[in-house]
Amino acid sequence: MTLMDLKDLYRDVIVDHNRKPRNFGPMVAPDAHADGHNPLCGDRLTIYVSLDGDKVKEAKFEGSGCAISVASASLLTEAVKGKSVAEVDKLYGEVHELLTKRDTAPSPGLGKLAALSGVHEFPARVKCASLCWHTLNAALHPPQAAVAAPISTE
Amino acid sequence: MSAALDPTRTTAPFDVESIRADFPILHQDINGKPLAYLDNAASSQHPQIVIDSMSHYYERDHANVHRGVHTLSQRATDAFEAARENVRRFINARSTKEVIFVRGTTEAVNLVAASFARPGLRPGDEILISWLEHHANIVPWQLLAGQTGAVLKVIPITPAGEVDFAAFEQLIGPRTKLLALAHVSNALGTIVPVERFIAVARKHGVPVLLDGAQAIPHSKIDVQALGCDFYCFSGHKLCGPTGIGVLYGREAILEAMPPWQGGGDMILSVSFKGTTYNQLPWKFEAGTPDIAGVIGLGTAVQYLEGIGMDRIAAYEHTLLEYATERLTTIPGLRIIGTAPRKAAVISFALEGIHPHDIGTILDVEGVAIRTGHHCAMPVMEFYGVPATARASFAFYNTRAEVDRLVAALLKARDYLT
Ligand SMILES: Cc1ncc(COP(=O)(O)O)c(C=O)c1O
Repeated sequence: MTLMDLKDLYRDVIVDHNRKPRNFGPMVAPDAHADGHNPLCGDRLTIYVSLDGDKVKEAKFEGSGCAISVASASLLTEAVKGKSVAEVDKLYGEVHELLTKRDTAPSPGLGKLAALSGVHEFPARVKCASLCWHTLNAALHPPQAAVAAPISTE
Repeated sequence: MSAALDPTRTTAPFDVESIRADFPILHQDINGKPLAYLDNAASSQHPQIVIDSMSHYYERDHANVHRGVHTLSQRATDAFEAARENVRRFINARSTKEVIFVRGTTEAVNLVAASFARPGLRPGDEILISWLEHHANIVPWQLLAGQTGAVLKVIPITPAGEVDFAAFEQLIGPRTKLLALAHVSNALGTIVPVERFIAVARKHGVPVLLDGAQAIPHSKIDVQALGCDFYCFSGHKLCGPTGIGVLYGREAILEAMPPWQGGGDMILSVSFKGTTYNQLPWKFEAGTPDIAGVIGLGTAVQYLEGIGMDRIAAYEHTLLEYATERLTTIPGLRIIGTAPRKAAVISFALEGIHPHDIGTILDVEGVAIRTGHHCAMPVMEFYGVPATARASFAFYNTRAEVDRLVAALLKARDYLT
């Protein structure tokens, strides 16, 4: 059995983003937003997105939670900026892999998000890191829109 | 007689090391560090003798109870009913008719709600609980209120986490049909002076249910001295197995209550013209019970009696005082729930660090505590926190484990602030 190592979970990038969350606060008139709640630990956050056509112009978040959930949300807001919705969807899938799969090297496209690669050793904390991504996904693909919008054939 | 049930233990000095030797689970490493199990309010651990009593039953004595004339059925029935007598003695009930086996505290409260409270409730009648309650003593009453039009009234708590007695005296009245109170708060550790509340309820002719889930592991419970009508508790909080618990009820009240669930065991005779119900306590025990669980629980209370509940309470109190003193030396640590009388439960917040992170860091250090809302979300709301970290102690914990808790918390501060 390998021992759990706190340094794997609380990497410097995570600690830094928890202490000084980026893009933290409300957004006036966002193009999309959604609330996320993790009832087990009481984490709550709201993700706001402004869009420029198909591209994320800016993402912000507010709420409260543990270091992992705050840092993950902070990293998310930086990572999705300037990406198209399709690119964000791809990233969402990659982050999910990173958080749940053992022994996979972080995909190069993850950038700073690779700091979350220690989370999978702490199964109880995967939900903390993924809450913001599920919330963003809900903001960009609200259920009714998903039904109404034609599936892209591109 | 096994050493673990040696009655001489009661007078010997409290030897925590010999007690720890009775608990196999405590002797293991977690993440390379010796386990310090400080989550006893969620569930306590089992001495070998409890595990052995259940294994013995499965290996030698298993058959269904209260039926069949064969030897195994008789042995199983004898062991099952002997355990009931152990529990009766442990809580000083008048008779085993007053000891109903249920799945746990939750089921006990639901039984009382459905069978005792519901039939007589009229719209506008009131059920009185406190702000301290575990969800198990809130939600059944909310359901009942929804079904009957009764109203749930909540006694407020003070900033220290005590149930506000003056407010209680204002709230109880002619429409109050039941007072349902925690004896000890699981989230804060507050010992509620239930005797005072019961005395007032008596004057108003209001029956009283006590949720004893957290009180019974920490002190001697005498249901007759308390004078409550119902007392509910879970086996797994007092070194017994999960899935088994007890509803104590005063015999006259239980007699008057209709059965709760129908099925085998709870009947004397069944015909399509009509069914005659069994006597107490079996009237409330429909179906094949958790026989091994009951036997394990019966052994657990015997084990605790062997040590002595008063000695357990005294030892745990010294641990509580030591832990409180040590924890308050940690910069930024705030203890939530500061009632003068507490069981060995300490909820706390550490400035700038979310409880969830505390829980993970402590786990890596081998220290198991609970983090979250502790099934008492109204208490969290009262203190304006989403969650707390909670260390809860049993008589097998040590001062050295308190020191490890403190060291691990200092490490958490280093990491995250
Ligand atoms: C005060 C209190 N009441 C009720 C319960 C519910 O007990 P159980 O889950 O064993 O039914 C608990 C256990 O967490 C408790 O601490």
